[in-house]
Amino acid sequence: MDWYPLFNSLRIALISSVIVFFTGIFAAYYIARLNRAAKGILDVVLTLPLVLPPTVVGYFLLVLLGTRRPLGMWVMEHWGVKLVMTWYSGIFAAAVVAFPLMYRTARGAFESFDETLADAGKTLGLSNTWIFWHIRMPACRQGILAGAVLAFARALGEYGATSMLAGYTPGKTATISTTVYQLWRTDNEALAFRWVMVNLAISAVVLLTVNMLERREKRLRSRQLSGGRGD
Amino acid sequence: MSLLVDVEKDFGGFVLSASFEAGQEVMGILGASGCGKSMTLRCIAGIVTPDRGRIVLNGETLFDSERGINLPPQKRRVGLLFQNYALFPNMTVEQNLRTGLYRARKDKGRISGEEERAIAGMMEKFFLTGLEKHRPFQLSGGQQQRVALARILLTRPGLLMLDEPFSALDGYLRWNLELELSELLKEFGGTTLFVSHSRDEVYRICDRICVMEKGRSTPAAPVKEMFEEPRTLAACMLSGCKNYSEAERQEKPGWIYARDWEQAFDCGRPVEADITDIGVRSHFIHVLSPTEAKNAKNVMPCRILRIVEDVFSQVIIVKPQAVLDREGKRLAEQNTSLLRLEMTKEAWKAYAAGTPAGEGDPILVQIDGRDILLLRR
Repeated sequence: MDWYPLFNSLRIALISSVIVFFTGIFAAYYIARLNRAAKGILDVVLTLPLVLPPTVVGYFLLVLLGTRRPLGMWVMEHWGVKLVMTWYSGIFAAAVVAFPLMYRTARGAFESFDETLADAGKTLGLSNTWIFWHIRMPACRQGILAGAVLAFARALGEYGATSMLAGYTPGKTATISTTVYQLWRTDNEALAFRWVMVNLAISAVVLLTVNMLERREKRLRSRQLSGGRGD
Repeated sequence: MSLLVDVEKDFGGFVLSASFEAGQEVMGILGASGCGKSMTLRCIAGIVTPDRGRIVLNGETLFDSERGINLPPQKRRVGLLFQNYALFPNMTVEQNLRTGLYRARKDKGRISGEEERAIAGMMEKFFLTGLEKHRPFQLSGGQQQRVALARILLTRPGLLMLDEPFSALDGYLRWNLELELSELLKEFGGTTLFVSHSRDEVYRICDRICVMEKGRSTPAAPVKEMFEEPRTLAACMLSGCKNYSEAERQEKPGWIYARDWEQAFDCGRPVEADITDIGVRSHFIHVLSPTEAKNAKNVMPCRILRIVEDVFSQVIIVKPQAVLDREGKRLAEQNTSLLRLEMTKEAWKAYAAGTPAGEGDPILVQIDGRDILLLRR
């Protein structure tokens, strides 16, 4: 069995999750501060990839990054880099599709954050950056981690946009999901089944992690609520 | 050590307009909830930016809309104790205290031996020794408050602001904490703003009081004066006075007509032209027997509406006879123009022994001119 699709899937999922982790958090942090109209519009635009069929996302990405499209041509001219039909094309597809999951969970976590903690930090002379990393992020840690795990799972399972953007080239752009389809199409059910089992195993681990994080957060919350009171 | 505040902010439907000065003292800001007290503190701390005005602390301008000055909260050296204390939940008590020393430091992780000793000293002074490794949620309300205050004092603030410091505590704990806090405030010595809606707390802790009503501050006055001789209707209500009437100055010098009670009173002192209301405290309304009333001034015939026995005193609700006569029998049920009398149970017993004193009986009440509070709106 050629393990390339597993390696490629993990690498795409990992890189795109890291990208999405930071962009999602910063989008969530800054968009929460905007006025209502701007917030509403950006919210819709950034959540759209979650509800659109992945092939539609793939279509938009091809329109944007294709070799004969302005952005694709410009990158090609300046850096000699092709943006589609390579292994890293899968990163663009996976990142765009997984972004809303990270963005929305991070925003939910930030919204439940007690702003007076940040205000107190400011009056104590702590810089906004320090407050963000040492107070806001730890307080929202569980929610943000859960979002990152969900985004990773989504990136790992990405098929529609990836197949349009990266195609299927064995040993080059093949991922687990595109391999399963290809094997099924070429009547290799036995091998397809093996990849399905690999995928199931990874997904199970991811979901168990999410559940564990949620349980831990609940425990922490209840401890904080019951603690304190009475001298 | 002094603070000058003169700010305005429009929240759309609610306008905050606070203006006062405070020296090296504990200044109380007293007002009902939602009157803009906390918002004023937030403006001074720099968390909220006013539309117009000026804030000057110890000679340094923190905010000036005309000169375009608006220091960030980090540079204001203003300590604000939040209602919920705002301890960082992910840090231990010791780590929380350390954040008080991070101001303007580049190497935020490391703390010198001297600063380490400052923290230890603060822990001892605030009875926190032994709790270094505890997390905020493991502390009692009182301990949380002490950690928050110690953390603020480590920053060496030029101004200390306390936002309803006792509102998150259980009733029976408050008394002890209040004593502790007033000791600590004396030791701090700088300008302190103490926000509260409780007149008792303010009376015990503060030197001067600034009353806020519907976003507006009134001129500050010394505590004793505020409670004994309130000058405005809002201040008088906050000082716990229960009987009010709209009033009109009479031509006869020293006389005023209480419109709600339909009775003129001799105040025994000049009545200024801007007086719009009068107030009388429940304890200062006397009841007289008909013989006593013959030679007395400011006697108002009333009728007893209700007699309420309180824990340690007797409360009598009466309505002026003049109002009853005008309203007629049916309207007499209305709860307007009422007066509330309060006296010891013995005094009431002594009165009731000689005069019929059931609900519905007539009663003669008398108010000394000097007990009438002359108020403005």
